[in-house]
Amino acid sequence: MTTMQRLLQLPVSAVNMVKTVQSQVQGGQEEDKSPVLTPDGVQQTWYSALQPDELRHLRSGGTGGGGGGGGGGGGRDQDERAALEEGGGSSSFQNQPLRHDDLKEMLDSNKDSLKLEAMKRIVAMIARGKNASDLFPAVVKNVACKNIEVKKLVYVYLVRYAEEQQDLALLSISTFQRGLKDPNQLIRASALRVLSSIRVTIIVPIMMLAIKEAASDMSPYVRKTAAHAIPKLYSLDPEQKDQLIEIIEKLLADKTTLVAGSVVMAFEEVCPERIDLIHKNYRKLCNLLIDVEEWGQVVIINMLTRYARTQFLNPNMNESLLEEGGDKTFYGSDEDEDEDEEDDKDKKAEAASLAKRKPYVMDPDHRLLLRNTKPLLQSRNAAVVMAVAQLYFHLAPKAEVGVIAKALVRLLRSHSEVQFVVLQNVATMSIKRRGMFEPYLKSFYIRSTDPTQIKILKLEVLTNLANETNISTILREFQTYIKSMDKDFVAATIQAIGRCATNIGEVRDTCLNGLVQLLSNRDELVVAESVVVIKKLLQMQPEKHSDIIKHMAKLTDNIQVPMARASILWLIGEYCEHVPNIAPDVLRKMAKSFTNEDDIVKLQILNLAAKLYLTNSKQTKLLTQYVLNLAKYDQNYDIRDRARFIRQLIVPTEKCGALSKYAKKLFLALKPAPILESPFKDRDHFQLGSLSHLLNAKTGGYQELPDWPEAAPDPSVRNVEVKESVPEWTKCSSREKRKEKKVEKPFYSDSEGESGPTESADSESDSVSGSESGSGSGVSRSGSESEASEEGSESEEEEEDEEEKDKKKKKKELKKPVQESESEQSSEEEERKRERKSKPRKSASETESDEEEESESESSQSESDDSDSEVEVKKKKKAAESKPPSKPVKIESKKEKKEMSLLDLDDFEPAPSPQVTPINTFLSSSLANDLEGLSLSDSVLSPATIAPSSALKSYELLHRITGEGLSVEYCFSRQPFSPDANMVAVQMQFTNSATSDAKNLHMVDVKLHSGMRVKEFPEIELLPTGETSTAVMGIDFCDSTQAANFQLCTNTRKFFVSIQPQVGELMRPVFLTENEFKKEQGQLMGMNEITEKLTLDINCRNEHAIVQRVATAANLSRVPCGSDKECSPPVPPADHPVHRFAGRTVTSGSLVLVTVATKEDGAAQLTVNCEKMVIGTMLVKDILLALTQ
Amino acid sequence: MTIKVNSQLKPAAEMIHSLFLVNQSGDIFLEKHWKSVISRTVCDYFFEAKEKAVQPENVPPVLQTPHHYLITIYRDKLFFLSVVQTEISPLFVIEFLHRVADTFQDYFGECSESIIKDNVVTVYELLEEMLDNGFPLATESNVLKEMIRPPTILRSVVNTLTGSSNVGDTLPTGQLSNIPWRRAGVKYTNNEAYFDVIEEIDAIVDKSGTTVFAEIQGVIEASVKLTGMPDLTLSFMNPRLLDDMSFHPCVRFKRWEAERVLSFIPPDGNFTLMTYHVTSQNLVALPVYVKQNISFFETGSCGRLDITIGPKQTMGKTVEGLMVTVYMPKSVLSVNLTASQGNYTYDLTSKLLVWDIGKLNPQKLPNLRGGLTMQSGAPRPEENPALDINLKIQQLAISGVKVSRLDMYGEKYKPFKGVKYLTKAGKFQVRT
Repeated sequence: MTTMQRLLQLPVSAVNMVKTVQSQVQGGQEEDKSPVLTPDGVQQTWYSALQPDELRHLRSGGTGGGGGGGGGGGGRDQDERAALEEGGGSSSFQNQPLRHDDLKEMLDSNKDSLKLEAMKRIVAMIARGKNASDLFPAVVKNVACKNIEVKKLVYVYLVRYAEEQQDLALLSISTFQRGLKDPNQLIRASALRVLSSIRVTIIVPIMMLAIKEAASDMSPYVRKTAAHAIPKLYSLDPEQKDQLIEIIEKLLADKTTLVAGSVVMAFEEVCPERIDLIHKNYRKLCNLLIDVEEWGQVVIINMLTRYARTQFLNPNMNESLLEEGGDKTFYGSDEDEDEDEEDDKDKKAEAASLAKRKPYVMDPDHRLLLRNTKPLLQSRNAAVVMAVAQLYFHLAPKAEVGVIAKALVRLLRSHSEVQFVVLQNVATMSIKRRGMFEPYLKSFYIRSTDPTQIKILKLEVLTNLANETNISTILREFQTYIKSMDKDFVAATIQAIGRCATNIGEVRDTCLNGLVQLLSNRDELVVAESVVVIKKLLQMQPEKHSDIIKHMAKLTDNIQVPMARASILWLIGEYCEHVPNIAPDVLRKMAKSFTNEDDIVKLQILNLAAKLYLTNSKQTKLLTQYVLNLAKYDQNYDIRDRARFIRQLIVPTEKCGALSKYAKKLFLALKPAPILESPFKDRDHFQLGSLSHLLNAKTGGYQELPDWPEAAPDPSVRNVEVKESVPEWTKCSSREKRKEKKVEKPFYSDSEGESGPTESADSESDSVSGSESGSGSGVSRSGSESEASEEGSESEEEEEDEEEKDKKKKKKELKKPVQESESEQSSEEEERKRERKSKPRKSASETESDEEEESESESSQSESDDSDSEVEVKKKKKAAESKPPSKPVKIESKKEKKEMSLLDLDDFEPAPSPQVTPINTFLSSSLANDLEGLSLSDSVLSPATIAPSSALKSYELLHRITGEGLSVEYCFSRQPFSPDANMVAVQMQFTNSATSDAKNLHMVDVKLHSGMRVKEFPEIELLPTGETSTAVMGIDFCDSTQAANFQLCTNTRKFFVSIQPQVGELMRPVFLTENEFKKEQGQLMGMNEITEKLTLDINCRNEHAIVQRVATAANLSRVPCGSDKECSPPVPPADHPVHRFAGRTVTSGSLVLVTVATKEDGAAQLTVNCEKMVIGTMLVKDILLALTQ
Repeated sequence: MTIKVNSQLKPAAEMIHSLFLVNQSGDIFLEKHWKSVISRTVCDYFFEAKEKAVQPENVPPVLQTPHHYLITIYRDKLFFLSVVQTEISPLFVIEFLHRVADTFQDYFGECSESIIKDNVVTVYELLEEMLDNGFPLATESNVLKEMIRPPTILRSVVNTLTGSSNVGDTLPTGQLSNIPWRRAGVKYTNNEAYFDVIEEIDAIVDKSGTTVFAEIQGVIEASVKLTGMPDLTLSFMNPRLLDDMSFHPCVRFKRWEAERVLSFIPPDGNFTLMTYHVTSQNLVALPVYVKQNISFFETGSCGRLDITIGPKQTMGKTVEGLMVTVYMPKSVLSVNLTASQGNYTYDLTSKLLVWDIGKLNPQKLPNLRGGLTMQSGAPRPEENPALDINLKIQQLAISGVKVSRLDMYGEKYKPFKGVKYLTKAGKFQVRT
């Protein structure tokens, strides 16, 4: 709390601080000495030397202009100043320190353009790494500047220096806190972004509060920013971890693609070990993945790889059971999406229990991940492709890993840095799964223009891919490489040849011969490398190659590279019995040059001497003695030690008899041939694509890739209750209201309408999606789409939505030509259209088939040339093929249609987007109006309220399918809730359409946001089959649109449900006179007033309609405006009437005042005054929507 | 006034910590930190590696220092050096750095030291928006352009006169939409959509003239200037030719999978719609053949060079922009050649021989021949230099890929549509 208090006081002391700072800067030279602040020392002395003078200069300028003021200064001072003033205009070098003062002046000025110029120069200084910290006080004052660019640049400055000047930085905090409350989501987001980027420990509580609030913001963009802020706060204060995890958990449940990537990033940075948080969100993440932005995709895929390693069984554990092929087709097809949840569960249980004994069955969730990531191999972003590739490598059954090869090979066309990383990973993969890359062998051929590191990596891959069949081509390639001018590359090639020779017996001799030829190469490096490799090769079958050894013995005269000399000596010593005549001679030569040799060569000379002494002591005894004596006095103690050791061992003396007996065995033991291994072997214990893998060392923060579990953990943890979400607060009102009227009809189609778009994605993955549940979501999506286009704030919809929308547009265009064509076709078209209106959010195959139909109809209309029609035929065929699975859906939806009256059509019609205004909508909305008129006349009869109360919208709480026959709808009855006046009454209607009776209906486990309260409805003892029952419950929403979540229980089952209010339901009508209204309004000006201009819908230009629509959108009462107008018949009055509405929020009783002022031509102005700004903002949107559509 | 250095803080896990821009001579001319400041001395490790590498391309992209990891890309003679402290996918950083360079290119027309210095404020603003706390935030050029307008000559003049800024005063709504690559309310008087199908032939031809390796990589570059929210479909005559491809995020993948039709709401302006690879079953027809003979003599320190280029399979089109580049061995001091067509240059320091031929005339084959003067005393070069071939063929996609139609939905007007084909030599190398 103390920090808070301190903050509150700050603005008072702030003014003083700014004043004193200038003198402090003068004294505070030490900040310039900080290494962080001044990267180059030269600059620093220069700065500090001039600073005092510079400040004085400013002071003198400030007091009386001109050049006075310098009275007390010594002669030297004056000279300097004169020089400075002189230099100010001309030399830019001299100009520099002066500019700091200029900058301060400019920042203090009133002109935005001057401020901007100053900020630009300061930012340029920062960019160059120059220190600009002494300007902090002058800059920070401008944090509230109106000019948006100045503001942005101040932010840049602030984020850079706040850490160093924490106290001063606090001055800016209040500005951001204000920004956090802004009605505009982008301003809220940017305020949070800067606030969280200021690394000042003291504001941790404020940041925490801001993040918490933003995490439940209604704008997904703000929530995304909140997710970004989490790691920032965590790095500032790791103690906040627990609280942050809570927020992460909450954000993980978010259903928008915008948030998904960012929150997983936060998860990875804060609590990667809490894998349990992922369970419930796993399927959602899999399904959202394709629509997440590319950077988020990388993070999510990497995290899911780790997750899958802990949760699923190794698909390759049963190598013998390679029926994976059969499995694959079964799972790989889209059929499994139609499976029931029941089936699903069975299978999982099966998988868990029988994994050990039965053939491996892949967990459907495992399959889901593989299937949903595969399309991302086509991403343009190399990082995404790599992420998917590593996922497949680590998780997929062997038979399927192959798909990634093509994509990885494609990346080789990219920038050389990308190539570098990809090749590293390919090198590792090609060891384990050689077959995968074999078809692409030629893509790894090397060009002389490749950078060296790329060449060497390609060589590595080629070597890994070499086998009996392709070795001849590879060797031919290698031959060209050996002639390269790049000697490092040549050396690597020689080693590669050596490795090929060891791995593939057939070509060993060929390779050896080739390498021996290289011994006559003019380049010493090449020869040396060859010697080393030959040595290794010879070790495998020395007896055959004594002539090669002889040849190499001769080389000792020429080769100077120590490693090569050492290798030759070792070879001769090791196989001295094959070259009995040459070996002593070599030793003789070496003894001669011993003192000039390199250390490793000396060691090998000793070695050779010892071996020769043991085999051929007659000829070499003296030589050996000589060499050992030389070594005895060598400078290097290793060599002295070795000499001593060897002497004791081989020269029999009295003292040590025991060991020397075994000297021969020790020195001339048969040595195993070396295995030439790839440096990339076993690197795959690092997660591929990671930095750790690249460096072959564990980096900080690296998360180990866990081993597969022995037995699969319980798969049911990933089951998610299929929540039918509550309507969003922005739902179009007229549509909903009308639904109420047909309660008696089977209402699943409309009630389904409430399930959000991502929900349906969820249900898809859970394979519960019956045709009906799908059909509904289609509707709701189109609904929210229109909202998005209106407000630009909802970005939840996925791309498919767009597609659908477009399709609808297309359809509109198609209409005309269709009419012209044969009647048969048009009827077909008609039918299709209707289908589409109730079109379910279908499984992939279905959607595709639909699209095919679409394109088919398109192309059949367009003038098509021959080739086109050919394509068409194919398409038709394809469409026909893919039809069967989608058929049942269609039939079902058609049935639905028949049950509805024609009027219902517009329920299925998406709300039109502004670009396309089809006649259809006009018609439907006017119909809706008519109906509204009817309801209006009803309500006029009731004298209770002045507000023209309207028919109530009802929302789905529990769907028939999910509720297993039990369905629940609810509506806001707009009646005062008698037990507690601060609660909103919610009327619930239970319908039991199951075959058995439902008993003991009650609610438990109410989960609420802080402050919210619920009054439960009384338990319903029995609800017989086919019966309907109602109950009323009260919820105190705390004046927020947060959902109330609870479980609905019967005697057998529990259902998770949630109720989310529309903002208009959070208020109750109050009666105000016009004067009172105006008075209250006068007190709610400024921030509390929100005004929007709008154009009224063509059907909404009379008083009735306006009042009606506003009342539908919000529970407000009309303020009578002048008795004469109130009583007059609905003849439009001469001037433009102003409609006023009043209400109070249910919980806090804050006034809500709404004014609709009409103008000519349907123009109007909407004003909402409300203390609660969030409510006000939301209400404006709702009413705006109600009036414009 | 004391300064708290954040030593008490735990080194936080983050993505990209800092970015330094370094020119070829090793000067750091721009630095940007997304978290606490990292001293630019960290770059010394990079300079060390740079010293070792002969060519700037040979500097390892990933370097390990005691406390940091440096991930570098080399683009347009500049090093983009990023500093990370913890585990991160290296490709993630590399890809992002390239995206930064692309953005500069997009904004300023080129990506060079001088242009970055001239626009340092805009650059800084861009970097600020592109990364938040080291994690990419807005990388779509469309979103960025809504926030920070690219400089134009007119605007910079106006800005200096009026003091107005190049920061957009409208808020970037594109960031919120689910098609972030396109902004709302685009308007053009001339609505046009142009697509360039560009194919590159990658090939290695060996000494004897046989093709060791050849493949075709294609890319479709689009320039779409259409009003509103058009929805385009592009279909091919022969989509089966396309083997492996990558798409701009706007392309609806499922539609392609099902129908082999590209369906998309295009970004505004220029963008790469897709890249593809042509199935390897199809034998690649090389448009030209090269007859060459380069030899160095043991005695007399001289050599001979004789290159002739002729048309092979050009599908009746003219081969243009023909150019041969040869990296000569170091010991070649000078050349004395005669070109029957075009002209040649030989750079003494880089040992680069460039023969610019131009159009290939099938009647009179271009030839370059003459003597090479070698450094006396130097050993005869073992390897003959490889020839890099460059060429262009207009109005031809060598693989036979053809766009059959382009349709627009969602808007009422009739756009101008156009498809251009071009075949180029990619990495076309002839070994000698």
